[in-house]
Amino acid sequence: MQALTNKAQAVSRKPMTFLERLYLINIIKGMMITFSHMFKKQPTIRYPEQKREFSPVFRGLHVLNRDEDGRERCTACGLCAVACPAEAITMEAAERVEGEENLYREEKYAAKYEINMLRCIFCGLCEDACPKDAIYLSETFAPANFTRKGFIYGKPDLLIPNPKTEASAFAEAKGVEA
Amino acid sequence: MTILALDLGFIIEKLIMIAIVVFASLGIALYTTFGERKVAAILQDRPGPSRAGPFGLLQPLADGLKLIMKEEIIPNAANKWLFILGPGLAMTASLMTCAVIPWGSAIDVFGRHVELQIADVNIGILYVFAVVSMGVYGIMIGGWASNNKFSLMSALRAASQAISYELAMGLALIALLMTTGSLSLKTIVEQQVQGHWWNIVYQPLGFLIFFITAMAECNRTPFDLPEAENELNFGYHQEYSSMKLGFYLFAEYINMIMSSAIMASMYFGGYDLPFFNEASVAPNIAAMIGVGTLLIKIVLFIFLFMWIRWTIPRFRYDQLMGLGWKTLIPLALFNMLLTGAVILAKL
Repeated sequence: MQALTNKAQAVSRKPMTFLERLYLINIIKGMMITFSHMFKKQPTIRYPEQKREFSPVFRGLHVLNRDEDGRERCTACGLCAVACPAEAITMEAAERVEGEENLYREEKYAAKYEINMLRCIFCGLCEDACPKDAIYLSETFAPANFTRKGFIYGKPDLLIPNPKTEASAFAEAKGVEA
Repeated sequence: MTILALDLGFIIEKLIMIAIVVFASLGIALYTTFGERKVAAILQDRPGPSRAGPFGLLQPLADGLKLIMKEEIIPNAANKWLFILGPGLAMTASLMTCAVIPWGSAIDVFGRHVELQIADVNIGILYVFAVVSMGVYGIMIGGWASNNKFSLMSALRAASQAISYELAMGLALIALLMTTGSLSLKTIVEQQVQGHWWNIVYQPLGFLIFFITAMAECNRTPFDLPEAENELNFGYHQEYSSMKLGFYLFAEYINMIMSSAIMASMYFGGYDLPFFNEASVAPNIAAMIGVGTLLIKIVLFIFLFMWIRWTIPRFRYDQLMGLGWKTLIPLALFNMLLTGAVILAKL
């Protein structure tokens, strides 16, 4: 067979020398290698104290955004749900009534907005689809839970804290998830 | 009735010594498990157990507690008496070895001259051999009583391995005993303290054979065929749980400590600290320095055991037998012959 590259090396079939058959020298060589590893830097990240840094393009848990006045941006248009390849997003729309202008940015808003984190594949297509910049993928991931129900995240889990009324919580969320 | 002419002080002295030695070896065995995990981890660029206490130092206590709290399971088809006897026998045999090891020279306490050795038997090393070969009964009985084919197979392996390697071990020792002219461990150590060189200088090949066979006797990698996980699931202690399993695992570590102690005493001068004049300090302090020296030698040997374990893979079974019968026994015989010739030439 013709070789595709000239990198192939013929296997040496020559019989072992006496020193090689003795095996002891090779054991000592091997032991020197393991011994040298005692002084190597450990790559371990000691998890609860140290955390691995995510790359800037990491796609984690979703965040429902608010505008600068603290009003929810989502208008429940459903484009994210349509874009979602895993069909993880459901929502129910409601009409904004008089006096709720400080809560919702547009006349229509999401009364219920749920993402099933077990279905979600964190592809970020919802983020791309959103015309209102209302949904973003953050840099945290879904923590473990005891029940399947616990993985269905509703609006209270997803909404970012109000920058006007809960400034410190908002800053914290920004700091972790920014 | 000279045979019963033991005074009470002597009995108390020996009882205290037995208690100290047994608990010390249990404690060391406990921390050897920790050392094993730590050494393995460091050789593999891992941190190892580090959560329980500072540097994970409480980890062996947590492990021991876990073993004690676990449910005791005795399989229905097992022979109950032998199933319980097995780990007990393994543990007893490995602990009995420490009776003849000289831990230090002698100290003077409360006006008594206390030899730091439980029993200076004049056939000390023969006694060690007798007890060590009893250890295989623990494995045999445990493996057979479990009524599990893997356990039985592993027990058979352990028995044949122990028999094959005891031969070479004994032959390697005979050459040493020819030079020392005594079977008493105390005498052998004292000879090395008084003499210029340790026995390793006179018996390098004998030591190599002894070391390899000791590794095989302790069922340590590369000779851990009786507990080959990937061939026999877990080996002879597969059906064991709770502290009975703990006894088997502990017995293995105590065996390791004891064979390290014997190797240190026979070939590396025991409690002899080189380039140190014992007469320059008070006798009690000199004896304590000796104990510390022996302990350091033991720790170094244990580290060597672990280092080898985490470096080289397990032998194949036919290779193990071939090494034992076709290499080590002829080599040991040759060593014996050589030693005999040199002794004759010197006469």
